[in-house]
Amino acid sequence: MFRARRLLLRLAARPPLPPPRARGYADPAAGPVPMAFTFASPTQVFYNGANVKQVDVPTLTGSFGILASHVPTLQVLKPGVVTVYAEDGTATKYFVSSGSVTVHADSTVQVLAEEAVTMDMLDLAAAKSNLEKAVSEMAAASDEAAKAEAQIKVEANEALVKALE
Amino acid sequence: MFARGAVVALYQPQWGQVRNMATLKDITRRLKSIKNIQKITKSMKMVSAAKYARAERELKPARVYGTGALALYEKAEIKAPEDKKKHLLIGVSSDRGLCGAIHTSIAKTLKNEITNLSNAGKEVMVVGVGDKIRGLLQRTHGNYLLLTFKEVGRRPPSFGDASVIASELLNSGYEFDEGSVIYNRFRSVISYKTDEKPIFSLETVAGSESLSIYDDIDADVLRNYQEFTLANILYYSLKESTTSEQSARMTAMDNASKNASEMIDKLTLTFNRTRQAVITKELIEIISGAAAL
Repeated sequence: MFRARRLLLRLAARPPLPPPRARGYADPAAGPVPMAFTFASPTQVFYNGANVKQVDVPTLTGSFGILASHVPTLQVLKPGVVTVYAEDGTATKYFVSSGSVTVHADSTVQVLAEEAVTMDMLDLAAAKSNLEKAVSEMAAASDEAAKAEAQIKVEANEALVKALE
Repeated sequence: MFARGAVVALYQPQWGQVRNMATLKDITRRLKSIKNIQKITKSMKMVSAAKYARAERELKPARVYGTGALALYEKAEIKAPEDKKKHLLIGVSSDRGLCGAIHTSIAKTLKNEITNLSNAGKEVMVVGVGDKIRGLLQRTHGNYLLLTFKEVGRRPPSFGDASVIASELLNSGYEFDEGSVIYNRFRSVISYKTDEKPIFSLETVAGSESLSIYDDIDADVLRNYQEFTLANILYYSLKESTTSEQSARMTAMDNASKNASEMIDKLTLTFNRTRQAVITKELIEIISGAAAL
């Protein structure tokens, strides 16, 4: 009996085995890392490290949706609508003017917009009149810089009108 | 017989400090001026307190925004290769003084960094945001100053200000490889700390190996992204700097008002003592005059 007790003690005193190493290819992947979503403008924070299901962003290279474990990427925002799908499925829309999107390898997503507003802050009639003004400005623009500025205005207002209709 | 000697006007130089007892008028004058100063410092403190409250409120979202912008540099661990020569320092401060050690701490850090980098053989240029930085650096390190920005600190900083600074910097023609923004980070009402955040040029970021994990990036997108990030970092440092400055000015003006009150108390006592002494002297004169009759 004493020998058994001593054996048990010796087994207990040995350091525990190290945890199994990284998985082999045939093993299933580890559980999905939830997305830590940060969406802010310089004056307002909408989401800070929040856990959301999906985010749709309009970028210069096209619109795409970001879910958890999206491949890391850097993108630049275009004027348009950002849609955030919360965990329970509700979608919230925001209009953004420009900015950047960063998706990191650890599933953190930062959407930093220069101006971002909720859709109820926008007025369709005002957007349409601004669009007409911007188009006429572009036609009347003389030099390259003014033309480029007017073009930016036109694009932004077009996106606004499209988002509101 | 009068001596026809030259009557030399004897000029007695008053080398030593002839300390007359301060007259009532002197003390009254001093008291009035210190009371005026106290009124001014008290009102400056209230104005700073109001501006500080607003700045701190606006700092909260700006902090989230700034940490978001810096996240890429931290997570991707972008570092400039050691042989890169051109360095840029941006010192963020303001135009106005009477705020304690805000400007001098930035200037001191800038001067140290300039010395270290020059000794390491790198080329350094400094951008000063705020007139005070220009004033502090111009005499000794004037040839390192690339750009200075004025009219900082009058109104709370906006993203537009940060983008103006960023675009001027990028158009300045100085092709820096890496750099840092030196600003005062706000910790609490009574404390702030001079902090440094890194910035990198487009080439450094594009050439960094950890960037390859980021998918689908073309040069145009990366350039836009970099310019936007630079403006974001500048915006964040401006917001932190303003908050620190207003809280420091509040503290400084509060101390000044307290010191002024102390001086007023002491002077009032001296005034009363002097007044009583004058009355006593007059009485004695009257009495001795009357006694002489």
